Amino acid sequence: MSGADESEVVDARGERCPLPVIRLARRVAERPHLRFVTVLATDPAAAHDVPAWCRMRGHRFVEARAEDGHTAYVVEVVRPSRPAAGP
Amino acid sequence: MARDTLLAAAEVGWADPARLHAEGRQARALLDRSREVVAAGLGVRPSEVSFLPSGPTALARAVDGVSYAARRRGARTVASAVEHSAVLVPGRARAAAAEDPALLAEVGVDRAGRLDLDAWRAALAVPGSVVAVLQSANGEVGTRQPLATARDAAAAHGTPLVVDAMASLGRDDVPAAWDVLVGDARSWGGPPLGILVVREGVRWQWSQARADVEHGRSDVTPWVPLALAAAEAWQQSAATRDDDARTAHALVDEIRAAAAAVPDTEVVGDPDDRLPHVVTFSSLYVDGEAVVGAFDAAGFAVASGSACTSSTLEPSHVLAAMGVLTHGNVRVTLPLPAVSPALADDVAAFTAAIGPTVRGVRDQLGVADL
Repeated sequence: MSGADESEVVDARGERCPLPVIRLARRVAERPHLRFVTVLATDPAAAHDVPAWCRMRGHRFVEARAEDGHTAYVVEVVRPSRPAAGP
Repeated sequence: MARDTLLAAAEVGWADPARLHAEGRQARALLDRSREVVAAGLGVRPSEVSFLPSGPTALARAVDGVSYAARRRGARTVASAVEHSAVLVPGRARAAAAEDPALLAEVGVDRAGRLDLDAWRAALAVPGSVVAVLQSANGEVGTRQPLATARDAAAAHGTPLVVDAMASLGRDDVPAAWDVLVGDARSWGGPPLGILVVREGVRWQWSQARADVEHGRSDVTPWVPLALAAAEAWQQSAATRDDDARTAHALVDEIRAAAAAVPDTEVVGDPDDRLPHVVTFSSLYVDGEAVVGAFDAAGFAVASGSACTSSTLEPSHVLAAMGVLTHGNVRVTLPLPAVSPALADDVAAFTAAIGPTVRGVRDQLGVADL
């Protein structure tokens, strides 16, 4: 896949916080054309930390879907990426 | 402070206060005296005060007593989503056992951790709501709750409000808006001892009441030295309480400013309307266990609400309910100056260490560029 609407999956199943969020951020940083990322995670902290990361980085958290034995977190990458205003 | 008073108290109050021999009578007098001191400190009557084995025990008992006394009207508990686990865990278990999720309403909070009052009113309006539970302030993030408004909303339905003041007693003003009040002597520098205060006229009955121990609110006669040490600690810390609170508030301001200056670090909880001595922040891409370990190695004892630092895999339910980052979390609870005379210097050293410590953990994870 290429172009401006790329979509990828980050498989972070079995990984503990903060690794799922780090892997998500790494993928977004490395792929400038990435538009949607789906993070697969089993770590319960991802349910809070993926949306929080989106808020802090100015991306859009689309949804969390329960799948077989894990959760899929869908993120829409908003570029240029800009952190949300500080506290 | 707690250690010295406890040692002295053990010398004089070791006997069983239920016995009639001289030592027993002395222990009874000391227990009564301790109750009077705590009651006076809280602005209540001694008959309203019971000592329980721990704060969380007292909190669970407080909820049980209100709920059981109203069992003919219903069994629903309304609590904030950031309450102590001594409320939420048994509440969820009861709801699960009865296959009725409505038996526990967990009312949401905003990003600062403050109760959503509209949702609170709506939850209380559901028929069968018999007990409301709200903390005076959150012990993890410090945010104070709107007790007066929350109690008015509960009173409109005739529902008593249990206030959990385990994090605030002795460090912040004693709450006024409550029907049942719960504390823990640890918060004012005393030993672990649960305090349960049932305001006169409030319908309260422990479901398991067996004997007239502690006004029918316990089955364990308190160990008198603990009660005595709790009362002593209250009196010793009372004289400087307002000054101590002002000092702690200013020191926490310094920690908040230093943490907020670290890249991708959120200081959570209300910046002003908060406990004087508690501060929590979370750093993006940081492992909670690693950062607590790094601070520990540098001589700072901090806690964390991150999942990787808990025995379960779950992060802090408080941070989760607030919608803030749960990883890379650091929580600082300032001790009383009487316990820690070098507090200001320690805080200065800590504020200087936050940036380098977080940076060091990030470098180990190779995330400095993210």
